[in-house]
Amino acid sequence: MDVLDRIKEQVESNPVIIYMKGTPQMPQCGFSSRAAEAMKKAGVEFAYVNVLADPEIFENLPRFADWPTFPQVYINGELVGGCDITLELAERGELQKMMQEAAAKKEETS
Amino acid sequence: MSMQETIETKLKETFDPVHLEVENETHMHNVPPDAESHYKITLVSAAFDGLPLIKQHRLVNETLKEELQKIHALALHTYTPDQWFERSGKAPESPPCLDGGNAKIG
Repeated sequence: MDVLDRIKEQVESNPVIIYMKGTPQMPQCGFSSRAAEAMKKAGVEFAYVNVLADPEIFENLPRFADWPTFPQVYINGELVGGCDITLELAERGELQKMMQEAAAKKEETS
Repeated sequence: MSMQETIETKLKETFDPVHLEVENETHMHNVPPDAESHYKITLVSAAFDGLPLIKQHRLVNETLKEELQKIHALALHTYTPDQWFERSGKAPESPPCLDGGNAKIG
């Protein structure tokens, strides 16, 4: 499968997914770490891809959604933003709501 | 012109900011002493009025497209003038580096 198709499949089949450096348990970048922490706090299950372990995705994700940096958070198949936006949304209480709604939507359709 | 000056000039020209801070945070990271790799930008502009955060960030990413090819990390905090006033003029701190993907430093 083409790498862009692979990414598309990932963001569409997971209601919430983060592309990060490292894993939520062992992040390898301060920005990825903070974004994953904010998502963990929301208390909604989410998927992750460690871009350091998948060079093809590391190289191609920036052009997938025309977003130059990591981490990248997708909810309902759409790019929400990087670390700073994710944290800002968490601070406003919007992140948890978005994650909960996406998870609920997935429940309904499955 | 240093990377910092280039970033400042481009942002001033594009956004006519109410407030702009470009901080070189490279010293917080494990890179060679003369590296220009990690930056934090706080940008307050009326150009962001009514735009969702992702669109605000996209405008900045587009403006700094060439620079983003060269730098490793960018912490970006964008606000409308009203939001900035509500926050009493303070942007969040950047995270410490955890060394992941260090080989990408150009």
